[in-house]
Amino acid sequence: MLKTRLIPCLLLMNGLLVRSEEFRRHQVIGNPIHQVERFSAWAVDELVYIDITREGAHDLRRDDHKVKGSADVLEILEAIARSCFVPLTFGGGIRTLEDIRVRLARGADKVTINTAAIEDPTFITEAAGAFGSQAIVVSIDALQRPDGWEVMAGWGRRETGLDVVEWAREAERRGAGELFLNSVDRDGMAGGYDVALIEAVSAATAIPVIACGGVGRFKHLIAGVHAGASAVSAANIFHFTEHSTQRAKKVLADGGVDVRLAGVRTH
Amino acid sequence: MIAIVDYGMGNLRSVLNAFERVAPGAARLTADPADVLAAERVVVPGVGAFRDAIAALRTRGLAQAVRDFAASGRPLLGVCLGMQLLATRSSEFGDHAGLDLIPGSVELLRTDPELRVPHVGWNDLEVRRADDPILGALGPEPTFYFVHSYEYVPDDPAAVTAVTDYGRPVTACVGAGNVFGVQFHPEKSGTDGLALLTAFASC
Repeated sequence: MLKTRLIPCLLLMNGLLVRSEEFRRHQVIGNPIHQVERFSAWAVDELVYIDITREGAHDLRRDDHKVKGSADVLEILEAIARSCFVPLTFGGGIRTLEDIRVRLARGADKVTINTAAIEDPTFITEAAGAFGSQAIVVSIDALQRPDGWEVMAGWGRRETGLDVVEWAREAERRGAGELFLNSVDRDGMAGGYDVALIEAVSAATAIPVIACGGVGRFKHLIAGVHAGASAVSAANIFHFTEHSTQRAKKVLADGGVDVRLAGVRTH
Repeated sequence: MIAIVDYGMGNLRSVLNAFERVAPGAARLTADPADVLAAERVVVPGVGAFRDAIAALRTRGLAQAVRDFAASGRPLLGVCLGMQLLATRSSEFGDHAGLDLIPGSVELLRTDPELRVPHVGWNDLEVRRADDPILGALGPEPTFYFVHSYEYVPDDPAAVTAVTDYGRPVTACVGAGNVFGVQFHPEKSGTDGLALLTAFASC
C-alpha cells in the first residue's frame, strides 16, 4: 500500500538556499544544486522547492557574499531536475498558466500555487484542467487565531480573512491534487507541528495533506502522520545535520509509520 | 543508442536525465522513425491521455516504427502511458486501438471504493517473474512512484511480471520477450528506478 512520504522543503531566495523563521528572517545556507545531489541519493521521497524571492525587494539580512547566486530561477530548476530522481515540486510566485507550463517543461513534476489561487480561486480549476490535478498543489499558509486559523497571503504577511479549513475544502473542490499546509507561527520555531491544524484540514478533505512548519526533532514527524498527514515535510532540520533524511526515515519506521526504506542504512 | 521516442507528450526530459545518470551519452530524444528503427534500445515514455498519445504516434509515423523495432527482437520499454500504449486497446475516453505488442486492454482502475483514483505515490513492487531481465536486478522490497488512473490487463496473465497492492494486486509491470512495460515512473523512483533503467540499458 501507499507509503507515508518524507519531503524536505527547500527555500530559494535570490538564487540561494535559505533557512526561514516565522516567514520573516532568512539566512543563506548554501547552493541549491549541491543540496539536491545529497538529497536525491538519500532517502527522500519527493522534493519541494519554493522560491521566496521578493520582486524588487532587498533583504538586508542576506550574508551571501561567499556564495555565488543565480538570478534565473528557471535555470536553477533545470539544474536541479538534472539530478533529481524523485518527484519534484516547484513553487513561489506562480500567477499564470504559462508560469506553470514553463516550470513543468523545465523539469518540475508539480507546482505549488498560493497567493494567485487566493486572489482568483478559478485559477486552481484552470490549472488542474490544463495540467491535471496531480500537478497542482495548493499551498496554504496558516496563522493561528483564537478561534481557528486564518489563511495568509503574500509570503505569510497579508491577512485574507479566509478560514483555513474552509479554504482547504474549496481548493479540493476546485481541483487541487494535494495541499501543502504550512504553519506561519510555527515556521522555524522547532517546537513541533501545529497538530490541531493538520487534524482539522485532514479531516475536512480527502486529498493528500503535506504537513509543514515547526519540526525541530524527528519524532515531531510522527505526530504529523498521526494527525492525518499523507506526507510530512520540514525545512530547517534537514540542513544542519548529517544524513538527516535517513535518520528521519528511521525514526518514522521505528514509530510504526509505513515509509519507503530505500536509501536508509540498516546498520 | 537508446532512442527515447518524442511524440510531444509528457515529461521526456526526466526520462533522458535518468538515462544520463545511468548510461551517460547513450540516450537521446528523437521524433524521427528512422532513429527508432536504427536504435539498439527504444523507450516509449508518456504522460496524458491514451487517445491523444496513440494519435500523436501515428501522425508522426512512430507507431509503425515502434512496432517494427519490437518485431526485430531488440529491447523496448514503455513507461507509464507508454506502457499502456503497448496494449491492444484502451477504454479511456472511448475505445482506442493501441500498438498491440502485448495483447490486452487498458481499463479504468477499479479497487476498494475507500481508495482514491488516481493511484498516486510510492508503492511496493511484488515481482512475479524473478527471471525478468529488468526486474531481476532490483534490491529487496523495491518501491516505485506511481501516478495513474487506468490499469493494463493483459489477456495472458503470465505477461504480468510484477504487481503492486492497491486494495488488490494491480498490474505494475508487463513483459513478453523483448517488450517491457512499467506502469510507474522509474525516472522518479530514486535508486530502485535507476537500477531498473540500468538493467534495461544493458539487457
